[in-house]
Amino acid sequence: SPDKTEGNRTRSIEKILIANRGEIACRIMRTSKRLGIRTVAVYSDADEGGLHVKSADEAVRIGPPPARSSYLNASAIIQAAHRTGAQAIHPGYGFMSESAEFAQLCEAEGLTFIGPPASAIRDMGDKSASKRIMEAAGVPLVPGYHGNEQDIDFLKLEAEKIGYPILIKPTHGGGGKGMRIVHGPQEFVESILGAQREASASFGISTILLEKYITQPRHIEVQVFGDKHGNVLHLYERDCSVQRRHQKIIEEAPAPNVLNEFRSHLGEAAVSAAKAVAYHNAGTVEFIVDTLSGQFYFMEMNTRLQVEHPVTEMIVGQDLVEWQIRVANGEPLPLTQSEVPLSGHAFEARIYAENVPKGFLPAAGVLHYYHPVPGSPTVRVETGVEEGDTVSMHYDPMIAKLVVWGENRDAALVKLKDCLLKFQVAGLPTNISFLQKLANHWAFESGQVETHFIEHFKNDLFVDSTDAIAEETSNAAKLGASLAAACVCRQEQLALKDNFHGGDCLHSLWYAHPPFRVHHSARRTMELEWDVDSNGIDSKLLNLVVTYQSNGNYLIEIGDSDSPALEVRVAHLGHHDFRVDADGLSLDVSLALYSKDHVRHIHIWHGNNHHHFRQTIMHKQSTDDATDHKPSFEMASHPKGSVVAPMAGLVVKVLVNDGQAVEDGQPVLVLEAMKMEHVVKAPCAGYVRDLRVAAGQQVLDTTVLLSIKND
Amino acid sequence: MLRASARRAISSIQWRNSQPTLQRRGYCLGVLEGGGSESVRRNRSRNKLLPRERVDRLLDPGSSFLELSQLAGHDLYDESLPSGGIITGIGPVHGRLCMFVANDPTVKGGTYYPVTVKKHLRAQEIASQCKLPCIYLVDSGGANLPRQADVFPDRDNFGRIFYNQAQMSADGIPQIALVLGSCTAGGAYIPAMADESVIVKGNGTVFLAGPPLVKAATGEEISAEDLGGANLHCKISGVSDHFADDELHGLAIGRHIVKNLHMAGKQRATNSLSSSLQDYQDPLYDERELRSIAPTDHKQSFDIRSVIARIVDGSEFDEFKKLYGSTLVTGFARIFGQPVGIIGNNGILFTESALKGAHFIELCAQRNIPLIFLQNITGFMVGSRSEASGIAKAGAKMVMAVSCAKVPKVTIIVGGSFGAGNYGMCGRAYSPNFLFLWPTARISVMGGNQAAGVLAQIERSTKKRQGVEWSQEEEDKFKSKVVEAYEREASPYFSTSRLWDDGIIDPADTRKVVGLCLSASVKPVPDDTKYGVFRM
Repeated sequence: SPDKTEGNRTRSIEKILIANRGEIACRIMRTSKRLGIRTVAVYSDADEGGLHVKSADEAVRIGPPPARSSYLNASAIIQAAHRTGAQAIHPGYGFMSESAEFAQLCEAEGLTFIGPPASAIRDMGDKSASKRIMEAAGVPLVPGYHGNEQDIDFLKLEAEKIGYPILIKPTHGGGGKGMRIVHGPQEFVESILGAQREASASFGISTILLEKYITQPRHIEVQVFGDKHGNVLHLYERDCSVQRRHQKIIEEAPAPNVLNEFRSHLGEAAVSAAKAVAYHNAGTVEFIVDTLSGQFYFMEMNTRLQVEHPVTEMIVGQDLVEWQIRVANGEPLPLTQSEVPLSGHAFEARIYAENVPKGFLPAAGVLHYYHPVPGSPTVRVETGVEEGDTVSMHYDPMIAKLVVWGENRDAALVKLKDCLLKFQVAGLPTNISFLQKLANHWAFESGQVETHFIEHFKNDLFVDSTDAIAEETSNAAKLGASLAAACVCRQEQLALKDNFHGGDCLHSLWYAHPPFRVHHSARRTMELEWDVDSNGIDSKLLNLVVTYQSNGNYLIEIGDSDSPALEVRVAHLGHHDFRVDADGLSLDVSLALYSKDHVRHIHIWHGNNHHHFRQTIMHKQSTDDATDHKPSFEMASHPKGSVVAPMAGLVVKVLVNDGQAVEDGQPVLVLEAMKMEHVVKAPCAGYVRDLRVAAGQQVLDTTVLLSIKND
Repeated sequence: MLRASARRAISSIQWRNSQPTLQRRGYCLGVLEGGGSESVRRNRSRNKLLPRERVDRLLDPGSSFLELSQLAGHDLYDESLPSGGIITGIGPVHGRLCMFVANDPTVKGGTYYPVTVKKHLRAQEIASQCKLPCIYLVDSGGANLPRQADVFPDRDNFGRIFYNQAQMSADGIPQIALVLGSCTAGGAYIPAMADESVIVKGNGTVFLAGPPLVKAATGEEISAEDLGGANLHCKISGVSDHFADDELHGLAIGRHIVKNLHMAGKQRATNSLSSSLQDYQDPLYDERELRSIAPTDHKQSFDIRSVIARIVDGSEFDEFKKLYGSTLVTGFARIFGQPVGIIGNNGILFTESALKGAHFIELCAQRNIPLIFLQNITGFMVGSRSEASGIAKAGAKMVMAVSCAKVPKVTIIVGGSFGAGNYGMCGRAYSPNFLFLWPTARISVMGGNQAAGVLAQIERSTKKRQGVEWSQEEEDKFKSKVVEAYEREASPYFSTSRLWDDGIIDPADTRKVVGLCLSASVKPVPDDTKYGVFRM
């Protein structure tokens, strides 16, 4: 009705549907709630009961786990918005966030898309179009040749104009296919032919472009914001140089080792870029910075709220999601460029479920134990999961973003290292210890970041094989095992006391500490397996003997080691936390226990260490051999390998041929007796010999049906 | 290393330096080392723990152990006999106090001296008075032969051990034996008289006479393992119920047995079925899959464990006598926290399966654990071999046990229910508290084809006597009529229409229905079970 459209035009957003999942959905809901805006979550079957679903006022199921049938299912999302009466859709990042079609569809359906105009998304989504627009707007581009002329001699001349090294890229496609780095004119012809061949094979079009290759680049991006009234400003830059598999893992703002003059040039260029496409809402302009020349060039613009937006929020003290909503409501930007503060320094570390030694492969599994550091005004943990949740293979395996702020870069880095040490995850492999190594690396500490950082320092970051380090890690592990053993003993005893106490004081005596023994002290042995290297290939078994001493302490001895016995005093602080006192050193430790596939996993965090031990739990039932009925008569009268009929009956089916190879336990024939079919199985592996029966034949029990021989 | 830490364990106790305590300290240090370093080393080389370590592994971790008569046998005989060659004491397992009696094989091969017998009997006396389940950790060469006159004949001698086991079992005090070493002659009766027993592969043996005596008596040459090892006793003789791969596995099974005792022993008089846990887990497998588990073709067999896994808490099922009489599946589980004993068919009932069923029903009756029968039974095995093995009396034992066990019983017929199998598996005539059918159920005295065959044989001989010709065609027609009638009458709808059961249920509802039935069957005070004469 016309009345309604009138209302829509003036009324502010009161209910938002968040077309995303995980931490970003939770983060958007938090701001929405603070603003009094009701929230609607959408979820796939894999996320039923997920944190973002629980955090929303309402939640709508939109499809099965694969993203293309759920979080990328535009019509289901629009339908969910109509069904719940949401007036606006926030796309978060990834999924629908940079789909111009989706933005257009929202507007067509009378829903506010919280993001840039569809035209800006489209302009910036096309690599060559965006470069043309930028060039026209005077934004610096990487020197290169983007024209249609593909003659080799002409291209070679262009290459010389740009200067070597040169990067050859196909105009279509991506993923590094057909890309070539050319270091000098002598390689040029061969490389260009190869690139054209590959491009033609991969994308069907062989046209290529030339660009200057930057050997030591930094990835610096500028947060920009525009409103619907033509105002655009920037909120300083972020450095996102430290990457693995072309994905960022540590970001910071502002960029280190950057002069203020450079900073404002960068900001102005970003604002020009945004203005060139009539941008509004949040966006990021990415630049590549040549650390050798100090030049910066436009790379691309991300037309969405980025994963790493919190580092910017921390240094400018603003809530960017709130800005997004206000801009979507048609309000002007709350600040002018000169009013944007710049205070301190912030880091973000992305904590992923991934297998670092196996090339950062994504990991999936259950978060058996999840204790992130507590939040504070200077520490933010953005997370979309809870203890017990499953990190599924269907989506990005990010567990959390750890964001810290300090008065300056050094102060922020101290805080980052401390928080990483205290960030406790168990159940699946994570990159936390790798992030610790990164944060502690001298080059990172001094801000010498660049895109090839991890590749450059891989010897420092991945290898820890020197004897001195091995000795040190081994000693740390032994200490960890000793402390873990003492804490496990304490924890188990407390649990038993609670379980069986039942208000009966006398009965609880049996679980008193230390346990009573007549004229001696109770002892127990514990076998803990520890992975010597992070690949899990080389593991070591530690045999621990725990003696419960009369003073309540635990005396821990490790078998086959010359380390002296360690006396440990344990105080339980609550939940998973203990205070231990060992060899005159008193410290806090945390313990996580969970069982999986008959193995108990023990994680302990002590000092600067996190250790993981495995303890085999006794297998419950013998998985032993033949549970098939074997009648108690003597079978020894038949030669070895004979298969005899277990009972009188009719042969229904013979499943093998004479001479055929069979596995142990493989069905060989089917017998019918007593109204039932009975499958006769091979008693051992071998070859079928002397097959004496055929289908339809009546046999007596103990009739030899066939034999299995080894030859 | 362990030796050193044992010494440290002892020295860490705060002794006062008075003369008597120093003396006591010395004595204790001695007995805690068992039969000396050489025999301890030999014991370890066989992958065996010392008796106190065995007890430690059975106890709840970090719990107390009240050891009795540690200095028994001190200065008693010419040779030293540390702790009298046997460790006894009280400690908790899964929160339940148990009496432990553990032979020390490092002391004179674990043989029974007079004081060993006395210490064993004293432990049983305490267990009997306090109603403590007894766990016997058996590793003994039996009576000490040179001292047989002081060990064997009198009232409070060796034989009294088994008398006590029988008396306590009758009183409902569980008797559990873990065979961790040899168990020869009289010693063989400890596991044989136990309610439940475990035997360890390789180390555990049970026989009335060992290989040397067998050779002397009969000339037969046989290894100890073949004569009375874990394989033989778990699969063929049935003397032992649980097969353990090694000692630690055996001890873990021992803890499981105690966990499954539930109502046995002293709590029996105080409350009935209320030991159910407040917390329970759903089955790990989807209950709806039950709809497709039972095949419509009755000749196809299926593993009844796949049904059990979909109706019990956490799909946890502790099997009893898994390897023996394996066509009957028996074991302990919980349904909505309520402990239950489950009996299910995995094929025809043989003599061994029937004996196993009777044993398991007795255990449940003694512990006041309700029974769930999952019927899919074509009957008891027929044929000359089967009859000669006494299948009729074995079946009778199971029927006797089913009839007399005064615990709640729920029967679910999931497949066939034919002949005497229906009786042994608690059919309608055996008054289960409830009996339900799955749509796949079939009930009749025998299968249609079998009945047609039998009736046709009778008809033919009658006709022959009368001199009447009976053509093949007529015979086929006669047979198909019988088959048709049997087919119709075996249908679950034929049955339920006549109230032979309490209804047909959706297989996916089985867990819920059984839970509701159990709840309705609970009695405030359990009835005592008494049996008639078992035909042995």
